[in-house]
Amino acid sequence: MDYEPSDSADRTGASGELMPTAVKILIAGGFGVGKTTLVGAVSETRPLRTEEVLTEEGVSVDDLSGIETKTTTTVAMDFGRISITDDLVLYLFGTPGQDRFWFVWDELALGALGAVVLADTRRLADCFPSVDYFEKHGTPFIVAVNCFEGARQYQLDEVTQALSLDPGVPVMLCDARRRESGKEVLIAVLEHAMRTHRRVSATTAG
Amino acid sequence: MTEYEEPPDVHWVDEHAGPVVRPYAVTRGRARPVTGKFDLVSQVSTARTVASQDVGLGPEHLAIIALCRRRLSVAEVAAHLDLPLGAVRVLLGDLLERQLVRVVEPRPTPVLTDDSIFEQVINGLRTL
Repeated sequence: MDYEPSDSADRTGASGELMPTAVKILIAGGFGVGKTTLVGAVSETRPLRTEEVLTEEGVSVDDLSGIETKTTTTVAMDFGRISITDDLVLYLFGTPGQDRFWFVWDELALGALGAVVLADTRRLADCFPSVDYFEKHGTPFIVAVNCFEGARQYQLDEVTQALSLDPGVPVMLCDARRRESGKEVLIAVLEHAMRTHRRVSATTAG
Repeated sequence: MTEYEEPPDVHWVDEHAGPVVRPYAVTRGRARPVTGKFDLVSQVSTARTVASQDVGLGPEHLAIIALCRRRLSVAEVAAHLDLPLGAVRVLLGDLLERQLVRVVEPRPTPVLTDDSIFEQVINGLRTL
Protein backbone atom coordinates (compact mmCIF):
# COMPACT_ATOMS: atom_id res chain seq x y z
CA MET A 1 0.00 0.00 0.00
CA ASP A 2 3.01 2.27 0.29
CA TYR A 3 3.91 3.74 -3.07
CA GLU A 4 5.31 6.92 -1.71
CA PRO A 5 9.06 7.00 -1.08
CA SER A 6 8.47 9.22 1.90
CA ASP A 7 9.68 9.03 5.45
CA SER A 8 6.09 9.00 6.64
CA ALA A 9 5.91 5.23 6.26
CA ASP A 10 8.50 4.89 9.01
CA ARG A 11 6.09 6.29 11.52
CA THR A 12 4.30 3.01 11.89
CA GLY A 13 6.81 0.69 13.48
CA ALA A 14 7.05 -3.04 12.92
CA SER A 15 4.91 -3.58 15.99
CA GLY A 16 2.26 -1.30 14.52
CA GLU A 17 2.89 1.21 17.27
CA LEU A 18 2.33 4.75 16.19
CA MET A 19 4.92 7.41 16.77
CA PRO A 20 3.61 10.70 18.07
CA THR A 21 3.21 12.96 15.08
CA ALA A 22 0.67 15.55 16.08
CA VAL A 23 -0.21 17.09 19.41
CA LYS A 24 -2.57 19.89 20.34
CA ILE A 25 -3.09 22.63 22.86
CA LEU A 26 -6.46 24.29 23.28
CA ILE A 27 -6.88 28.04 23.53
CA ALA A 28 -10.17 28.69 25.29
CA GLY A 29 -11.91 31.76 26.61
CA GLY A 30 -14.79 34.10 25.96
CA PHE A 31 -15.77 35.75 22.72
CA GLY A 32 -13.37 38.48 21.62
CA VAL A 33 -10.74 37.73 24.26
CA GLY A 34 -8.01 37.25 21.68
CA LYS A 35 -7.92 33.48 21.08
CA THR A 36 -7.43 33.77 17.34
CA THR A 37 -4.94 36.59 17.86
CA LEU A 38 -2.85 34.36 20.11
CA VAL A 39 -3.09 31.44 17.68
CA GLY A 40 -2.02 33.70 14.83
CA ALA A 41 0.85 35.27 16.78
CA VAL A 42 2.64 31.98 17.38
CA SER A 43 1.60 29.90 14.38
CA GLU A 44 3.70 29.51 11.26
CA THR A 45 0.80 30.43 9.00
CA ARG A 46 -2.19 32.69 9.48
CA PRO A 47 -4.96 30.96 11.43
CA LEU A 48 -7.11 28.53 9.47
CA ARG A 49 -10.79 28.09 10.10
CA THR A 50 -12.71 24.87 10.18
CA GLU A 51 -16.34 24.22 10.90
CA GLU A 52 -18.21 21.47 12.63
CA VAL A 53 -21.87 21.16 11.76
CA LEU A 54 -24.21 19.84 14.40
CA THR A 55 -27.23 18.17 12.85
CA GLU A 56 -30.52 17.86 14.62
CA GLU A 57 -29.78 14.44 16.12
CA GLY A 58 -27.48 16.02 18.70
CA VAL A 59 -29.40 19.19 19.36
CA SER A 60 -30.78 19.21 22.82
CA VAL A 61 -29.49 22.48 24.20
CA ASP A 62 -30.76 24.71 21.44
CA ASP A 63 -34.39 25.67 21.34
CA LEU A 64 -35.50 24.76 17.87
CA SER A 65 -39.24 25.16 18.34
CA GLY A 66 -40.81 26.92 15.40
CA ILE A 67 -37.79 26.32 13.23
CA GLU A 68 -37.67 23.72 10.50
CA THR A 69 -36.45 20.34 11.66
CA LYS A 70 -33.37 20.28 9.44
CA THR A 71 -31.79 23.19 11.26
CA THR A 72 -28.12 22.80 11.98
CA THR A 73 -25.74 24.62 14.27
CA THR A 74 -22.35 25.49 12.91
CA VAL A 75 -19.38 26.01 15.18
CA ALA A 76 -16.28 27.61 13.75
CA MET A 77 -12.84 26.89 15.18
CA ASP A 78 -9.73 28.82 14.32
CA PHE A 79 -6.50 26.92 14.54
CA GLY A 80 -2.85 27.15 13.67
CA ARG A 81 0.16 24.89 13.43
CA ILE A 82 3.74 25.01 14.62
CA SER A 83 6.14 22.45 13.16
CA ILE A 84 8.35 21.44 16.08
CA THR A 85 10.39 18.93 14.09
CA ASP A 86 9.81 17.09 10.83
CA ASP A 87 8.02 14.42 12.83
CA LEU A 88 6.18 16.51 15.36
CA VAL A 89 3.55 19.14 14.73
CA LEU A 90 1.83 21.19 17.41
CA TYR A 91 -1.69 22.37 16.65
CA LEU A 92 -3.36 25.21 18.51
CA PHE A 93 -7.12 25.20 18.53
CA GLY A 94 -9.13 28.23 19.50
CA THR A 95 -12.20 26.72 21.11
CA PRO A 96 -15.59 28.41 21.03
CA GLY A 97 -16.22 29.93 24.41
CA GLN A 98 -19.84 29.06 25.05
CA ASP A 99 -20.58 25.90 26.99
CA ARG A 100 -23.40 24.96 24.63
CA PHE A 101 -20.67 23.89 22.23
CA TRP A 102 -19.74 21.02 24.51
CA PHE A 103 -19.86 18.55 21.63
CA VAL A 104 -16.88 20.27 20.01
CA TRP A 105 -15.06 20.57 23.30
CA ASP A 106 -15.19 16.85 23.94
CA GLU A 107 -13.50 16.16 20.65
CA LEU A 108 -10.99 18.95 21.10
CA ALA A 109 -10.05 18.01 24.64
CA LEU A 110 -9.47 14.35 23.76
CA GLY A 111 -5.73 13.84 23.76
CA ALA A 112 -4.91 17.52 24.21
CA LEU A 113 -1.63 18.12 26.04
CA GLY A 114 -3.16 21.04 27.88
CA ALA A 115 -5.29 24.14 27.61
CA VAL A 116 -4.89 27.88 27.97
CA VAL A 117 -7.85 29.83 29.30
CA LEU A 118 -7.41 33.32 27.93
CA ALA A 119 -8.96 35.93 30.22
CA ASP A 120 -10.00 39.54 29.91
CA THR A 121 -10.15 41.09 33.38
CA ARG A 122 -13.11 43.25 32.30
CA ARG A 123 -15.13 40.11 31.62
CA LEU A 124 -13.69 37.44 33.87
CA ALA A 125 -17.01 35.60 34.06
CA ASP A 126 -16.55 34.62 30.41
CA CYS A 127 -13.86 32.20 31.61
CA PHE A 128 -16.15 30.20 33.85
CA PRO A 129 -17.40 27.68 31.26
CA SER A 130 -13.84 26.92 30.13
CA VAL A 131 -12.46 26.64 33.67
CA ASP A 132 -15.36 24.41 34.70
CA TYR A 133 -14.92 22.18 31.70
CA PHE A 134 -11.19 21.63 32.10
CA GLU A 135 -11.48 21.09 35.85
CA LYS A 136 -14.24 18.53 35.33
CA HIS A 137 -12.37 16.67 32.59
CA GLY A 138 -8.95 16.76 34.20
CA THR A 139 -7.33 18.68 31.33
CA PRO A 140 -4.27 20.52 32.68
CA PHE A 141 -4.80 24.23 32.11
CA ILE A 142 -3.40 27.64 32.93
CA VAL A 143 -5.06 31.04 32.89
CA ALA A 144 -3.39 33.72 30.77
CA VAL A 145 -4.67 37.22 31.33
CA ASN A 146 -4.57 39.11 28.06
CA CYS A 147 -3.49 42.66 28.86
CA PHE A 148 -5.90 44.93 27.08
CA GLU A 149 -5.05 48.59 27.09
CA GLY A 150 -7.32 50.55 29.38
CA ALA A 151 -8.24 47.55 31.48
CA ARG A 152 -7.39 47.82 35.14
CA GLN A 153 -4.39 45.69 36.01
CA TYR A 154 -5.40 43.04 38.50
CA GLN A 155 -3.07 41.19 40.78
CA LEU A 156 -2.74 37.63 39.61
CA ASP A 157 -3.96 36.28 42.94
CA GLU A 158 -7.10 38.37 42.51
CA VAL A 159 -7.77 36.46 39.29
CA THR A 160 -7.16 33.17 41.09
CA GLN A 161 -9.69 34.19 43.71
CA ALA A 162 -12.26 35.55 41.30
CA LEU A 163 -12.19 32.34 39.28
CA SER A 164 -12.00 30.12 42.40
CA LEU A 165 -9.00 28.40 40.90
CA ASP A 166 -7.09 25.64 42.57
CA PRO A 167 -3.91 27.34 43.90
CA GLY A 168 -1.88 24.98 41.72
CA VAL A 169 -3.28 26.45 38.51
CA PRO A 170 -0.74 28.91 37.09
CA VAL A 171 -2.02 32.39 36.26
CA MET A 172 0.09 34.68 34.11
CA LEU A 173 -0.09 37.89 32.14
CA CYS A 174 0.31 37.92 28.39
CA ASP A 175 -0.03 40.01 25.28
CA ALA A 176 -1.82 37.82 22.76
CA ARG A 177 -0.53 39.92 19.87
CA ARG A 178 3.12 39.24 20.64
CA ARG A 179 4.78 36.06 19.42
CA GLU A 180 7.28 35.88 22.29
CA SER A 181 4.50 36.32 24.82
CA GLY A 182 2.45 33.61 23.12
CA LYS A 183 5.40 31.24 23.21
CA GLU A 184 5.83 31.87 26.94
CA VAL A 185 2.18 31.01 27.47
CA LEU A 186 2.51 27.76 25.54
CA ILE A 187 5.68 26.80 27.40
CA ALA A 188 3.97 27.58 30.71
CA VAL A 189 1.00 25.33 29.97
CA LEU A 190 3.29 22.52 28.79
CA GLU A 191 5.43 22.75 31.93
CA HIS A 192 2.30 22.70 34.07
CA ALA A 193 0.91 19.75 32.11
CA MET A 194 4.19 17.88 32.47
CA ARG A 195 4.20 18.41 36.25
CA THR A 196 0.60 17.22 36.43
CA HIS A 197 1.42 14.24 34.25
CA ARG A 198 4.38 13.26 36.46
CA ARG A 199 2.29 13.57 39.60
CA VAL A 200 -0.46 11.37 38.13
CA SER A 201 2.12 8.85 36.89
CA ALA A 202 3.75 8.67 40.31
CA THR A 203 0.39 8.16 42.01
CA THR A 204 -0.67 5.50 39.55
CA ALA A 205 2.64 3.66 39.70
CA GLY A 206 2.67 3.72 43.51
CA MET B 1 -2.33 40.91 3.01
CA THR B 2 -2.17 38.61 0.00
CA GLU B 3 -5.31 36.59 0.50
CA TYR B 4 -7.08 37.56 -2.70
CA GLU B 5 -5.00 36.22 -5.52
CA GLU B 6 -7.74 34.85 -7.78
CA PRO B 7 -9.35 37.13 -10.34
CA PRO B 8 -12.41 38.85 -8.86
CA ASP B 9 -14.93 36.94 -11.00
CA VAL B 10 -13.98 33.71 -9.19
CA HIS B 11 -15.37 35.15 -5.98
CA TRP B 12 -18.77 36.18 -7.24
CA VAL B 13 -20.19 34.39 -4.20
CA ASP B 14 -18.37 35.37 -1.04
CA GLU B 15 -18.04 33.31 2.14
CA HIS B 16 -21.00 35.04 3.77
CA ALA B 17 -23.32 33.55 1.16
CA GLY B 18 -22.66 30.09 2.62
CA PRO B 19 -21.71 27.03 0.63
CA VAL B 20 -22.92 26.85 -2.96
CA VAL B 21 -23.18 23.09 -2.67
CA ARG B 22 -24.59 21.73 0.57
CA PRO B 23 -22.08 19.61 2.51
CA TYR B 24 -24.32 16.55 2.48
CA ALA B 25 -24.47 16.75 -1.33
CA VAL B 26 -20.69 16.44 -1.42
CA THR B 27 -20.93 13.29 0.66
CA ARG B 28 -24.03 12.08 -1.21
CA GLY B 29 -26.07 12.21 1.93
CA ARG B 30 -23.73 10.19 4.11
CA ALA B 31 -23.06 11.40 7.63
CA ARG B 32 -20.41 8.85 8.66
CA PRO B 33 -17.26 7.63 6.94
CA VAL B 34 -17.23 4.01 5.71
CA THR B 35 -14.01 3.45 7.61
CA GLY B 36 -11.59 5.32 9.87
CA LYS B 37 -11.98 7.64 12.85
CA PHE B 38 -10.20 10.79 11.73
CA ASP B 39 -9.29 12.82 14.75
CA LEU B 40 -8.89 16.55 14.11
CA VAL B 41 -5.12 16.17 14.14
CA SER B 42 -4.85 12.78 12.43
CA GLN B 43 -2.20 13.14 9.78
CA VAL B 44 -3.29 12.40 6.23
CA SER B 45 -0.94 11.81 3.32
CA THR B 46 -1.58 10.68 -0.21
CA ALA B 47 -0.58 7.02 -0.58
CA ARG B 48 -0.76 6.56 -4.36
CA THR B 49 -1.90 8.27 -7.50
CA VAL B 50 -5.41 7.87 -8.82
CA ALA B 51 -5.67 5.05 -11.36
CA SER B 52 -8.29 4.28 -14.00
CA GLN B 53 -9.98 1.72 -11.78
CA ASP B 54 -10.69 4.37 -9.15
CA VAL B 55 -14.19 5.19 -10.31
CA GLY B 56 -16.74 7.13 -8.32
CA LEU B 57 -14.45 9.82 -6.98
CA GLY B 58 -15.75 13.37 -6.93
CA PRO B 59 -13.81 16.59 -7.35
CA GLU B 60 -13.49 16.93 -3.58
CA HIS B 61 -11.87 13.49 -3.35
CA LEU B 62 -9.37 14.49 -6.00
CA ALA B 63 -8.75 17.79 -4.26
CA ILE B 64 -7.83 15.94 -1.06
CA ILE B 65 -5.46 13.64 -2.93
CA ALA B 66 -3.74 16.64 -4.49
CA LEU B 67 -3.65 18.52 -1.19
CA CYS B 68 -2.23 15.68 0.90
CA ARG B 69 0.92 15.14 -1.12
CA ARG B 70 2.17 17.16 1.81
CA ARG B 71 1.11 15.55 5.09
CA LEU B 72 -1.77 17.52 6.65
CA SER B 73 -4.13 17.15 9.57
CA VAL B 74 -7.83 16.43 9.06
CA ALA B 75 -8.59 19.94 10.33
CA GLU B 76 -6.24 21.47 7.76
CA VAL B 77 -7.81 19.47 4.94
CA ALA B 78 -11.25 20.73 6.00
CA ALA B 79 -10.03 24.32 6.21
CA HIS B 80 -8.34 24.25 2.80
CA LEU B 81 -11.37 22.64 1.13
CA ASP B 82 -13.74 24.95 3.01
CA LEU B 83 -15.93 22.01 3.95
CA PRO B 84 -17.28 21.04 7.39
CA LEU B 85 -15.26 18.46 9.27
CA GLY B 86 -18.02 15.88 9.09
CA ALA B 87 -18.11 15.99 5.31
CA VAL B 88 -14.32 15.78 5.08
CA ARG B 89 -14.30 12.70 7.31
CA VAL B 90 -16.74 10.96 4.97
CA LEU B 91 -14.57 11.81 1.96
CA LEU B 92 -11.44 10.64 3.77
CA GLY B 93 -13.18 7.38 4.63
CA ASP B 94 -13.77 6.76 0.92
CA LEU B 95 -10.12 7.44 0.16
CA LEU B 96 -8.84 5.31 3.03
CA GLU B 97 -11.02 2.40 1.92
CA ARG B 98 -9.41 2.60 -1.52
CA GLN B 99 -5.97 2.96 0.08
CA LEU B 100 -5.50 6.26 -1.69
CA VAL B 101 -4.48 7.96 1.54
CA ARG B 102 -2.52 6.93 4.58
CA VAL B 103 -3.74 8.10 7.98
CA VAL B 104 -1.78 8.24 11.21
CA GLU B 105 -3.99 8.70 14.26
CA PRO B 106 -2.53 10.64 17.18
CA ARG B 107 -1.89 8.80 20.39
CA PRO B 108 -4.95 9.30 22.59
CA THR B 109 -3.08 10.66 25.60
CA PRO B 110 0.55 10.80 26.60
CA VAL B 111 1.65 7.42 27.83
CA LEU B 112 1.76 7.44 31.62
CA THR B 113 5.39 6.46 31.98
CA ASP B 114 6.60 8.70 29.20
CA ASP B 115 6.58 12.48 29.41
CA SER B 116 9.21 13.09 26.75
CA ILE B 117 6.58 14.54 24.45
CA PHE B 118 6.22 17.57 26.75
CA GLU B 119 9.96 18.17 26.77
CA GLN B 120 10.19 17.79 23.01
CA VAL B 121 7.52 20.40 22.42
CA ILE B 122 8.89 22.79 25.08
CA ASN B 123 12.40 22.56 23.65
CA GLY B 124 11.05 23.00 20.15
CA LEU B 125 9.15 26.12 21.13
CA ARG B 126 12.18 27.61 22.86
CA THR B 127 14.29 27.32 19.73
CA LEU B 128 11.67 28.83 17.42
